[in-house]
Amino acid sequence: MEMLFYIAAAVTVLATLRVITHVHAVHALLYLVVTLIALSLIFYLLGAQFAAALEIIIYGGAIMVLFIFVVMLLGPLAVEQERTWFSLSAWVGPSILALVLLGEVGYLIASGDHPTMAVAEPRQKAISIALYGPYIIGVELASMLLLPGLIGAYHLGRRLSSEARSC
Amino acid sequence: MLSTPALVLAIILFGLGLIGLLSRRNILYMLLSLEIMLNAAALAFIAGGARWGQVDGEIMFLFILTLAAAEVSVALGIVLQLSHRFRTLDADAFCEMRG
Repeated sequence: MEMLFYIAAAVTVLATLRVITHVHAVHALLYLVVTLIALSLIFYLLGAQFAAALEIIIYGGAIMVLFIFVVMLLGPLAVEQERTWFSLSAWVGPSILALVLLGEVGYLIASGDHPTMAVAEPRQKAISIALYGPYIIGVELASMLLLPGLIGAYHLGRRLSSEARSC
Repeated sequence: MLSTPALVLAIILFGLGLIGLLSRRNILYMLLSLEIMLNAAALAFIAGGARWGQVDGEIMFLFILTLAAAEVSVALGIVLQLSHRFRTLDADAFCEMRG
């Protein structure tokens, strides 16, 4: 368990280093996805299975898809003069780091050293009760945050398309 | 217990994100660094929740996730606007306010 944590932590730090030093936006995003998956494994090892699942579904899925769409929309701007350092072999790094994580997950499954449903279920129940009990004001505030976020994103995207038509 | 090394990892990740935010001038990478810093904060909350055996850490993680989703959608809209108007993503080029 400890060893798994330290390996996942090393993968996280390595991938993060590559994110902030990489010159090509798409490859930096690939490394960021690896970072998020490694963090999800760390959440799992810390006993937060629900947070681990959400980290992959929302961070690794939804938010990264947003980033990748924007990078594709930006096209050559995201590369700038940094294109000169671009090499096709850049996907090898994320693959190796992801394979390390895959090995860890395989070891976790094979060793049977993971919490069963009987342990995980009361915890999810406790999270739900706390979320809609003492933290209900936080849920309301989150909804009040998400609606302006939606309207703001719509507004910014809409003016872009109308200006593009005019010129 | 894994919470102490997890907190150290959170500090390292936050530092890396801060270094990235300060050193990169491409606005897209600055956003990525912000995401890394948000993740480090979430990791600190999860580690705290695991240390005390409480669910509050995971609930704070849910709120951080909501915040990140809202922030990313608005910030990427701004990135698209800036790239449309200035034809660059260099943060130093956005100097109309003479800051």
